[in-house]
Amino acid sequence: MCHVDVLDLARWQFGITTVYHFLMVPLTIGLAVLVAAMQTAWVRTGHQKYFAMTKFWGKLMMVNFAMGVVTGIVQEFQFGMSWSAYSKFVGDAFGAPLAMEGLVAFFVESTFLGLWIFGWDRLPKKVHLACAWAFSLATIASAYFILAANSWMQHPVGVSLVDGKPQLTSIWALLTNNTALAAIPHTVAGCFAVAGAFLVGIAIWHLTKRKADREVWRASLKVGGWVSMVAFAALAITGDMQGKLMFQQQPMKMAAAEALCHSEQPAGFSIFAYGDVQRPDCENVKSFTLPTLLSFLAHNDFSSEVKGINDLVGEYRAKYGENYPVDPQLGELSGKPIDYVPNLPVTYWGFRLMIGLGALAAAASALALWLTRKGRMPSGRWFRWAALAGIALPFLANSAGWIFTEQGRQPFVVVPNPTGVDGVWMFTAQGVSGLTTGEILTSLITLTTVYGVLAVLEFFLLRRYARAGIAGVLPAGEKTAGQDELAFAY
Amino acid sequence: MDLALVWFLIIAFFWLGYLFLEGFDFGVGMLLPVLGRDDTERRVMVNTIGPVWDGNEVWLIVAVGATFAAFPGWYATLLSSAFLPLLAVLVGLIGRGVAFEYRGKVDSARWRRNWDRVIVAGSLLPALGVGLLLSWNVLGLPIDAAGHRVGGPFAGLGWETAVGALAIVGYSVVHGAVFIALKTSGEIRRRARLVGLKAGPVALLPLLALLLVVQLRVGSGWTWIALAVAVVAAVSALVRLAAGHEGQAFALMGVTIVGAVVTLFGALYPDVLPSTVDPAYSLTIAGTASNPYTLKVMTWIGGLGAPAVLVYQGWTYWVFRKRIATEHIPRVHVP
Repeated sequence: MCHVDVLDLARWQFGITTVYHFLMVPLTIGLAVLVAAMQTAWVRTGHQKYFAMTKFWGKLMMVNFAMGVVTGIVQEFQFGMSWSAYSKFVGDAFGAPLAMEGLVAFFVESTFLGLWIFGWDRLPKKVHLACAWAFSLATIASAYFILAANSWMQHPVGVSLVDGKPQLTSIWALLTNNTALAAIPHTVAGCFAVAGAFLVGIAIWHLTKRKADREVWRASLKVGGWVSMVAFAALAITGDMQGKLMFQQQPMKMAAAEALCHSEQPAGFSIFAYGDVQRPDCENVKSFTLPTLLSFLAHNDFSSEVKGINDLVGEYRAKYGENYPVDPQLGELSGKPIDYVPNLPVTYWGFRLMIGLGALAAAASALALWLTRKGRMPSGRWFRWAALAGIALPFLANSAGWIFTEQGRQPFVVVPNPTGVDGVWMFTAQGVSGLTTGEILTSLITLTTVYGVLAVLEFFLLRRYARAGIAGVLPAGEKTAGQDELAFAY
Repeated sequence: MDLALVWFLIIAFFWLGYLFLEGFDFGVGMLLPVLGRDDTERRVMVNTIGPVWDGNEVWLIVAVGATFAAFPGWYATLLSSAFLPLLAVLVGLIGRGVAFEYRGKVDSARWRRNWDRVIVAGSLLPALGVGLLLSWNVLGLPIDAAGHRVGGPFAGLGWETAVGALAIVGYSVVHGAVFIALKTSGEIRRRARLVGLKAGPVALLPLLALLLVVQLRVGSGWTWIALAVAVVAAVSALVRLAAGHEGQAFALMGVTIVGAVVTLFGALYPDVLPSTVDPAYSLTIAGTASNPYTLKVMTWIGGLGAPAVLVYQGWTYWVFRKRIATEHIPRVHVP
């Protein structure tokens, strides 16, 4: 058994399954709320347009929801299966929000989605609408608990250290962790950015391709465009809040985001770099920089100092040790020097892709709204394909953001809190289970293959339903169901 | 009462809920090709659990999540030791969940046939895995003083755990047949009753065998009572099914699993995960419990959350209480 193999494979598996899970989740969360809003508009106005919107976008949401659920189960088991030492170390604090998610949010989500899908003819209109809201708000509650758990790994609070293990002392502190309170609106806004671009792309495809159901697609386009832009504004504001917290809580992550080697005062914000950002000597890196902006982003002050990687490495070594502990569980890493610098190309480019693609998505939505103002519609094929391609932007931005934030905290799995209780941290290498390489390799290959096949199937179904439009979900010219028939059935 | 013990009982309760609810889901899945002679009949079957299967599955998530929060050491050792069987459970649940949602989304016989296969495999595999996991947990794993598995991926698996794996499959088949008989009308209902009666006496034997092994190896005196309840209830369930009282048969299948879970967790107590290497290495309730504050917080959340779950899930079953028959199945309308 080779510790490094198991560690690397377990990390690859966690990365792949988590990024994949978070392709499904944002679309579900964003669409769920928008569909509930569409249904509300229908219940209040009785307008057929809103009914068609609810049915159509609701159907796409359901195709996607199943994938979010099944990939979420893997996440919950994975901590114990692959990261058992981590689970034992943090269970007391980290397990609580995870269990709460299941008890308070996931039960509501799954039960009320079932009621919503199958309840069209069984429930009074308003009760049925309430089910849509219960479901969609529960998806946000789910996100809240999961992000509270994740934020605790980034910035552990509400614990004391007893017998070398963190013990929860305040659930309130954990649930109102400032890291979580910034991460939650940021992530939820990311979900709406995804849903907004999804509406815009598909609506434009129909508007440029066909004559049918124009008012449905016009309304969807408008909703999607505005949701995208508001979401981006929220992303920018909350992202700035998160950044400022991170400069205090995880200075190395932010230095790595900028590939900033030496401390600078004031520090500029790098737009683009060429050369080798790999190692922190910075000799070969040329960067186009906006002067003083990084100082402002870090501390709201254009002239403040921002610490570079080289200075931080010294600080980290002094505080958290030069070498890994001597521990047989660490295998070959036992007693070896700790590398405190995250993977710089990943953090540097991840951070830039997140911001760049997010901004591009919002700009594309704004442009789409402007080009289609007052009933106009550009006729070129380029417009249709650009709109469809635009759907991918916020998905990619979300993935880049998560890859940045999780890679940026390496080599820690629980990052030390500079103002928190001393000793509450854990290196990623210490968290992994004592598995055989064969076990983790089997699981990595199996899950990646299954996820790959499912991605193809989901894409196929989404495309099929998206293309068919309203006719695909509402049979034309006949009653939706016979007297004894179920209005909805698998 | 000691909060750690309360959480041991709560986790047993979540497992009970899971086995009872997902038990019939699994059964419906496994019986799909047996009871459903054509596509409309198979759609009838899938629709009996359509609105509820997802909520039923959450019982497993919460059972495992609550173990993480209340007994991190138990969660970590069990899940990492049973790595490959759990992977099989996960792959099964993934395929099955997607299959329910996707099988009717394209109007093609081949498409549906393939998803039906996924439903059967995705019901059989997790049922086997869950049975194996539970029996393994109760009978003990080869774990050392640090809670690490001694030996390879299948160390400690024996004929007892194989019986355990079959126990949940067998129970699910009978439970599923009774459920279909209760939730449908017409030809399929008659057929489900027949299959339940024919399969019952054989399919319930592994569960009985598992309970006996557990009782004889690690049981206490009082768990004989729970075992007896399980046996009497199982026999009565088949008798009532034969008499055409499907509702009573279904309730008795519930009592059966109550007896079984009480026997299993009663025999487990006060351990949470016995070691077959040395009893001194066994993980116990007291030894793996989270600190009292975490348990108190979780008790509040569980105390408020769990009854609410019972209420709204119960309401769901009430909303969808009508029997389904082939004439209720709408024409396929897909793009």
